[in-house]
Amino acid sequence: MTDISKAPTPSALSALRSIAILRESWIGMIGTGLILFWVFVALFAPLLAPHDPLAILQPFAKPGTFHVKSGTTLWLGTDNLGRDILSRVIWGARTVLIYAPLATVCAYAVGIIMGLAAGYHRGWWDTVLSRIGDIILSFPVLVLYIIVIATFGASGFNIVIAITFASAPGIMRIVRGLALDLRNRDYVAASQTRGETSFYIMVVEILPNARGPLIVDACVRLGYVIITIGVLGFLGLGLPPPKPDWGGMVNEARGMAMIFPHMTIIPCVAISSLVLGFNLLADGLREVSLRD
Amino acid sequence: MLIFIAKRFSFMVITMAAVSILLFVVLEFSPGSVATKVLGQFATDEQKNIWLEQHGYFDPLWQRYFVWAGNFLTGELGESHRFKVPVGEILWPRLWNTAVLGFWTFAFLIPFSLVLGVLAGMREGSKLDRTISIISVLTTSIPEFASAVFLSALFVFGLNWLPGTSGMISGFDFKQLIMPVLVLFLYDFGYVARMTRASMAEVMTTPYIRTAVLKGLPYRQVIMKHALRNALIAPFTVIMLQLNWLLSGVIVVEFFFAYKGFGALLLEASLNQDIFVIEACAMVAVFVAVATQTIADIGYTFLNPRIRFS
Amino acid sequence: MNDPKDNHTAPVLEIENLCVSYFARSGEIPAVIDFSLSLAPGESVGLVGESGCGKSTVAMAIMRYLGNNGDIVDGSVRFQGRDMAALSEAELRGLRGSKIAMVYQEPMAALNPSLTIGDQLTEVPITHASANPTEARDKALNMLRDVNLPDPERVMDAYPHQISGGQQQRVVIAMALLGEPALLLLDEPTTALDVTVEAGIVELIAELSRKYGTALLYISHNLGLMLEVCDRIGVMYSGEIVESGDMDTIFSQPRHPYTLGLLGCIPLPHSDKNARPLTAIPGQLPLPHERPDGCNFGPRCGSFAAGKCGVDAIPLAVVPQEAGSPHHVRCARWNEIDPATSLPAGDYRPPNEVGDTVLEVDGLQKYYTVRDSSLRAFVTGKTVRYVKANEDLTFNAREGETVAIVGESGCGKSTIARVLMGLETATGGEVRFQDASIGDVTAQERSPDQLGALQMVFQNPNDTLNPSLSIGAQIGRVIRKFGVERDADRVRERMLKLLDMVKLPLEFASRRPRQLSGGQKQRVAIARAFAGNPAAVVADEPISALDVSVAAAVSELIMDIQRDNKTTLIFISHDLGAVRYLADRVVVMYLGRIMEQGTTDEVFSPPYHPYTEALLSAVPIADPTVEKRRIVLEGDLPSVLNPPKGCPFSTRCPRRLGDICDNELPAFRIHGDGHAIACHIPMDELEAVAPVIAVKEHAAE
Ligand SMILES: Nc1ncnc2c1ncn2[C@@H]1O[C@H](COP(=O)(O)OP(=O)(O)OP(=O)(O)O)[C@@H](O)[C@H]1O
Ligand code: SF4
Ligand code: SF4
Ligand SMILES: [Mg+2]
Repeated sequence: MTDISKAPTPSALSALRSIAILRESWIGMIGTGLILFWVFVALFAPLLAPHDPLAILQPFAKPGTFHVKSGTTLWLGTDNLGRDILSRVIWGARTVLIYAPLATVCAYAVGIIMGLAAGYHRGWWDTVLSRIGDIILSFPVLVLYIIVIATFGASGFNIVIAITFASAPGIMRIVRGLALDLRNRDYVAASQTRGETSFYIMVVEILPNARGPLIVDACVRLGYVIITIGVLGFLGLGLPPPKPDWGGMVNEARGMAMIFPHMTIIPCVAISSLVLGFNLLADGLREVSLRD
Repeated sequence: MLIFIAKRFSFMVITMAAVSILLFVVLEFSPGSVATKVLGQFATDEQKNIWLEQHGYFDPLWQRYFVWAGNFLTGELGESHRFKVPVGEILWPRLWNTAVLGFWTFAFLIPFSLVLGVLAGMREGSKLDRTISIISVLTTSIPEFASAVFLSALFVFGLNWLPGTSGMISGFDFKQLIMPVLVLFLYDFGYVARMTRASMAEVMTTPYIRTAVLKGLPYRQVIMKHALRNALIAPFTVIMLQLNWLLSGVIVVEFFFAYKGFGALLLEASLNQDIFVIEACAMVAVFVAVATQTIADIGYTFLNPRIRFS
Repeated sequence: MNDPKDNHTAPVLEIENLCVSYFARSGEIPAVIDFSLSLAPGESVGLVGESGCGKSTVAMAIMRYLGNNGDIVDGSVRFQGRDMAALSEAELRGLRGSKIAMVYQEPMAALNPSLTIGDQLTEVPITHASANPTEARDKALNMLRDVNLPDPERVMDAYPHQISGGQQQRVVIAMALLGEPALLLLDEPTTALDVTVEAGIVELIAELSRKYGTALLYISHNLGLMLEVCDRIGVMYSGEIVESGDMDTIFSQPRHPYTLGLLGCIPLPHSDKNARPLTAIPGQLPLPHERPDGCNFGPRCGSFAAGKCGVDAIPLAVVPQEAGSPHHVRCARWNEIDPATSLPAGDYRPPNEVGDTVLEVDGLQKYYTVRDSSLRAFVTGKTVRYVKANEDLTFNAREGETVAIVGESGCGKSTIARVLMGLETATGGEVRFQDASIGDVTAQERSPDQLGALQMVFQNPNDTLNPSLSIGAQIGRVIRKFGVERDADRVRERMLKLLDMVKLPLEFASRRPRQLSGGQKQRVAIARAFAGNPAAVVADEPISALDVSVAAAVSELIMDIQRDNKTTLIFISHDLGAVRYLADRVVVMYLGRIMEQGTTDEVFSPPYHPYTEALLSAVPIADPTVEKRRIVLEGDLPSVLNPPKGCPFSTRCPRRLGDICDNELPAFRIHGDGHAIACHIPMDELEAVAPVIAVKEHAAE
């Protein structure tokens, strides 16, 4: 295995290469810019946030209000409890950028394993896994989340589990489709004729060559997971309250949208721009991959 | 073909059965918690035991499942402990309201997204194509609750054109339907349009379209006769499956606009642990989803002569 | 049948100095440069060249259909005297499909899958002749009869996927001819079809163009095919015509080194792998943006002279001759090249010594099960059916020997390879390799020694290497897997040695497959197969996907390595020409069964099995001195799911005897020493059959 471990891992390398090529797609560039902006915000939240996101300053302050006690301007105003919206949005980025990638990675781990097994081995493995996947996918997603979270309670862990459970079958379907195609390639036959194990074939011969569509799908899916986390927060099923979370912010301020629209609009802009970033990146990657 | 349809239907039944078992196990595994949910947190153990005894909760799980499933099939959905009425009484009117919402959403969604998707895909890379693509990325990136916020800020609070809630307290009001339909439309539009565009664009690059053009057919005929027939097969499936998504979307939208629909009912029931309502709603949702999927699959084979005659 | 207004002496098509470019992100790609051609009514001109040389682009430029990124940048195309560039969209539509029609390479893809064939055919008269639907239907039916389709009524109401590939192509031809075109463009119309089907289509095209007086522009990479259809020919290389003239002139008096090279690497009946090996053209076709200064062929040309060839673009010169159409050549040194002495030929090599038997296949059977989910199957209870991919195969192969397995698509050639390699297990019979039974041992159960001793080269060069791993890593993996070497340095050393053996530069070790051309990838695949010093190599159509000049190089390479290692080679192919050239012994298969086997000489001369005879006649031969007896088979290959009860060939056999052929499987008759033929016809009658191929005059020695 040394030769393979010596060579840079193909997926990491190709991801880098794709990003370098993205320079040719302005859509992809904008997407990357939006994502990097929020990643930066999330990483440096403690430095960037002017206030403690939980501190109560002054209720119902409109954007641009001067807060006398701390001597700062509340650029985005405060919410009904008097917490600084700018700081909450900044910390909210951290929340979403922890849970969304975590949930997506878990879903991918499960989906890829199931998809490879189903697509490469075929036979009853395939039948059983596909049927289970079909059944899960036939649930309207949000109904599924609501039932799971209403039953087991709202916590970060449960959200990750629920998202994994609901997304893995979709990923499995894609991986399975790709594996079904790739397993007929001659290089797979060649590795079979030298007696490679199924594990080796799946991991070295099939998975790396399926990465293109999977990376694009992962971007779209990340965007969708972000929306899901937002929606759960908005429905009051998200993370337990004091933690700043964009969907939750909209939920709390819903009743006051008439008088204080900033309380709802700002988190909505935040979540939309981040999702847009991922969708644009996916489009850019797709465009670039079609080009050569 | 008949066999295929029979297979699809039996799969549908199996799915429903599997889902119902899953649902039943998740929600009713421990009778104690069911009693707590029904009777409230402050009920004494004695009260709970009496209730459980009365409702046969001391029978084994599988036996309870069959009783439950049997009741379900005969329309015996239990009683909502919150509203203190049989579940059916609240569920059916709510479902009807959601159907109205869904109908109007689809009435706009299908023509708009198909026409725009086809136009964009017809000439890949044209200005129109780029515009439509960008609009559709944008609209799919904005979650329903966010577009509800934006649109409310504009049409309700800003311009004062439309009502901000859709409770329909004093009877049906078409104006109150506009905002929910618009929000649902916006979110789904992008997705369906993109799929249609992709399908159309792919068809336009196929050799048989080249054949049609080089046969000297007028462009209209190339599109209408040769391209659309193939390009609309995929969007048909997408639209049917979109019903599944709609069931998620209505939850958010009905909650936001206080629309008295099925989604809001499910959400309220979950937040209040109104267990029999949850069960009924979930089963209905899954039924709708699985049924549309079945129709989509069967329709797909009907639209596609390659599968129809093989 | 021609439009009476046509002036019969005026050319139908005149192309002058046509230049076509595609505009990609990376800049302008000149696909066709300075292309001139003129076509008289009823004349047929061939355009031959390797993949990517711009043949299709010429056809599309004539149709003025170059997509959104292609454009005619210079020159003109005149059709019946009218400048195509000056036509409006509507006028252009009026010509397309009526005056100029086209036949495409992939008939299945060229037909709309969701319209009936009738719908697609009747459109033509409705659009161009304002016919009403009944008239259009009648015309279409007549035309379907003209293209010899059985049961035209049924075909009219069928969807494209319901008829076979050969029938689809006949439909496409019918569609093209419905507009009564003055010019028919054919872009590789038979490349996707089996040889015996191809022969029928080619004959049909020639016959119909005569009948309708249509001028043909026939595009193909197959010189032999051109010979059967065309009067004149243009040889293209890298976007340019390098030589053009009468068919005979080009074959007997070629002047351009590329044409000479091309002729030198096509296996002909009299080529001999030992006495006169083929000579490949070195190097490969330059990509359009990597063309050299001066002559495009310069880097691959043996006669390259720096001052003359490497500076300016070379103009077309006229070779003086007594009669016939003008002979043009694009070479600065054409008058120094003597066609008689310049035809390249390799040096004599001693024949391989054949050793002991290495591989024995005895009564091999392989059935695949398919599930039938139709209602009928459900009612009759036959939901599982068998595809008898291999039925009772018996043959063997000896050390250092090349055994070819030849047959058309679906005859079960590749299945043998899969069973030999352990990718599938046999349903019955026995396979013995190096005295071990391997018929039902999967690759995973075989020992590294066994695996290394029997390796395979695959067909599709673009599919044979894992795109994510470097060449070096892929070869290294095999060396280690077979236990040839373990130490990292030794592995690398051996890997580089293998690269050298297949004549690839050592830098390629760190390259990725997509940086290599098709021929180079196939070389890597060969290196990989030979990594474990195999006793036998199975090569499944190893050169079918390659261009002629590259194919010759790859097949020579395989033979060289085979010779050095005394390897047994199982060469699977549908190409009789290559088989005749490469093989020592030949096994002819049809629908899963062996029809005939024997030494190459035995199989390629009478007595023939009737199928072999038809196959031999169908294969185009790029040599005008060879005369063939024409045997065109009726119908298409039967489905493997439902083979004929008696002799598999009975549905198409021109020599069918009667009921005995339909009902009884013929046994093998042995002729002489090991030449076996499975046919009911008595051996002495078969012996009396005349050879299919005869040499007209004596071929150039
Ligand atoms: N749409 C396009 N955009 C850019 N380059 C193109 C396009 N179509 C063809 N080319 C390039 O133009 C050159 C000529 O292509 P063309 O298809 O005419 O070759 P060909 O001789 O027909 O090859 P083949 O035998 O493979 O069909 C090739 O290098 C090809 O890569
Ligand atoms: S011009 Fe020179 S390089 Fe080109 S073909 Fe002629 S001799 Fe060879
Ligand atoms: S057995 Fe009959 S059908 Fe078969 S090849 Fe011989 S003559 Fe033809
Ligand atoms: Mg071509």
